[in-house]
Amino acid sequence: MSASASQSVLSDLRAHIARLERGSPHERTSLPFGLPEIDRFLPGGGLKRGAFHEILGGTGAGGGAAAVLFAAGIAARSHGKVLWCMARPDLFAPALSQAGLAAERVVYVECRDEKSLLACFEEALRHPGLGAAIGETSRLSMTASRRLQLAAETSGVIGLAVCRWERKAEAEECRTSSAAVTRWRVSALPSAPLPVPGVGRPRWHLELIRSRAGESAEFVVESCDEQGRLTLSSDMAHGQGTPEYGRGRTSA
Amino acid sequence: MGEAAPPPETPLILVGSEGSRRIVQATNQAALKAGLHTGMPASKAQALIQNLIVLKAQPDTDHAALDQLARWALRRYAPIVTTDPPDGLVVDATGATHLHGGESAMLCDMVRRLAESGIAARAALADTWGAAHAFARFQTDPILVLPPGQSAEALLPLPVAALRLPSEIVHGLHRLGLKSVGDLEHMPRAPLALRFGSQPGRRLDQAMNRACEPIHPIRLPEIAETRRAFTEPIAAAETIAHYIEKLVVDLCRMLETRGQGVRRLDLLCHRVDAQIASVRIGTAMPVREPKRLTRLLREKIELIDPGFGIELMCLSATCTESLEARQILSNLVAPPEAGIADLIDTLSNRIGAKRIYRMASVESDVPERSLTRVSPMSAETSRSWCISWPRPVHLLQPPEPIETMALLPDHPPVSFLWRGLRRKVRAADGPERIFGEWWTHDAEMQAVRDYFRVEDEAGERFWIYRAGDGEHAETGSQNWFLHGIFG
Repeated sequence: MSASASQSVLSDLRAHIARLERGSPHERTSLPFGLPEIDRFLPGGGLKRGAFHEILGGTGAGGGAAAVLFAAGIAARSHGKVLWCMARPDLFAPALSQAGLAAERVVYVECRDEKSLLACFEEALRHPGLGAAIGETSRLSMTASRRLQLAAETSGVIGLAVCRWERKAEAEECRTSSAAVTRWRVSALPSAPLPVPGVGRPRWHLELIRSRAGESAEFVVESCDEQGRLTLSSDMAHGQGTPEYGRGRTSA
Repeated sequence: MGEAAPPPETPLILVGSEGSRRIVQATNQAALKAGLHTGMPASKAQALIQNLIVLKAQPDTDHAALDQLARWALRRYAPIVTTDPPDGLVVDATGATHLHGGESAMLCDMVRRLAESGIAARAALADTWGAAHAFARFQTDPILVLPPGQSAEALLPLPVAALRLPSEIVHGLHRLGLKSVGDLEHMPRAPLALRFGSQPGRRLDQAMNRACEPIHPIRLPEIAETRRAFTEPIAAAETIAHYIEKLVVDLCRMLETRGQGVRRLDLLCHRVDAQIASVRIGTAMPVREPKRLTRLLREKIELIDPGFGIELMCLSATCTESLEARQILSNLVAPPEAGIADLIDTLSNRIGAKRIYRMASVESDVPERSLTRVSPMSAETSRSWCISWPRPVHLLQPPEPIETMALLPDHPPVSFLWRGLRRKVRAADGPERIFGEWWTHDAEMQAVRDYFRVEDEAGERFWIYRAGDGEHAETGSQNWFLHGIFG
């Protein structure tokens, strides 16, 4: 079989599987990172809309501050209002506005406990008028994540669950499987070196742990700018650190 | 009385006539402290205190004012409100506290708002009207919320006067040595009824939740209301949902002719046992869509206790705002931005309107004062924080003290100890000096905070500050704190 014929068979099969998976008529688009090195690992060339994505924080004392900022950057690049469900109100809005997420776009929902948080998060994901819905949880069971995924499919809203924890044991619990379309882990790295004393642009170790119908990968990126865009760390861009931009890994 | 009102520190009494006697009907705090009390002859009070201000009581005006207050409470707090003359209001809080963030939050809000308009009020929430009446008047706490089922026990030590009995019965009971509600509770009923009639027993049963006491809520004639009576009482959830839909459609048609939209909607279900089960929903913007209102009400069906059946359902738009039909501007280029008001309504009826908010900037350099919560549907301002320095994603409230090793006043620490872990500082930015707001707080005349952004060897970034400039003791305690965590 020639290469072009096998390509067309493959694309037919992909379209067929996509129809089986969604069963909803309207087309799903995706939200690209704008970095080809990352986007090429994501089926559809970006984070899928109408899907639910999970972002795990690193195990440091920060308790997932980097993960929160990563989610804020994604939400900043979406259109429309953003609903932010949380159980611990410790977010500092000026930082979100520095990551491109203007204060008037974010509506905070302060939930009493994890249970009401999941209910509010699901309700938000069912609402088509939102740009993105973000939920900060400490654990997410398989059932809960499947519910969230189904809710996101009905509306076409991008759903982001940020898993933050205080203790290592909670981090272990979060390792369990979930129905999220992609799963990321963001941990802080020492900032970009500067020629003068000071703290440079923050850098993150960004791992794509799981991606449905895609490969996993890891990257070193510099944190969100004023429009919520990431950049690939200059070390990597110059090919000093790693030979390839995104190292492919075996699927986790 | 406005300008002509006497100062609050002079004793003042209101005098009314009872038959041919003139007696004291109300006193102010100063008069109470001087030993006057209601029910004593006016001439005696005047003899006891010099330059006592005596005014004539106006029970009709008082009653009208109380009525006014009840209307305010109905619009603001709960669907079932009535007056409890001479000086009280009864509010059935069932099914309405969720809009105010819980029971105690609602009572606090009530007392605070009344205090702002110059009314010293006390509030209590208990199982029954009688119990709440007693706790509001005979307990020391100005705001008291009793958990369900504990009212009866808490009533026992209160004096018998708490039971809403006429004063002659109270005097009679005192003569017999029955001082507290507990004494009365342990007495056999028959001799008591022989002497005082059925009233003490009935009031006791009502307070103890053994006899029901329906509250007849005040209704406002001007509000839009639809009702539906049933020949056979209904109880099933599906039937209730069905009639909710019909009532909402009728009500929306009525509101359309008035050009109004709903902000507060009350559903009162009159049960066959003369009790009323009620729910209240609130919306962030005026709404007139039957579908949305039905959905909000349906979520509350589980809170309606039908008892032996509901014979009358009544839906009233207690609080409305004008809502005119308007033309939607269409734009061929940009797709219209869908509103999220309905989502906000659903969530605020579920977890409370105070828990849903947006952040807005406040002009202040002190980080924790630089933002405030505003309602999610409030008008959008283009004002934002104009800060050139990076700000942390998480702000610790309050800042946590840390132990540091610092070299010079202008230098960041070399290492610091936070939550039992020593971190070596690899790189740092700062200091960013923030001055106290001496124009609002006298204590901050010379206060200074020096903020540093530090990064440890693992790459985690923190926001730490020293209270003070490192040299002058009057600028602060010179202790170090961790205030935030960067992403």
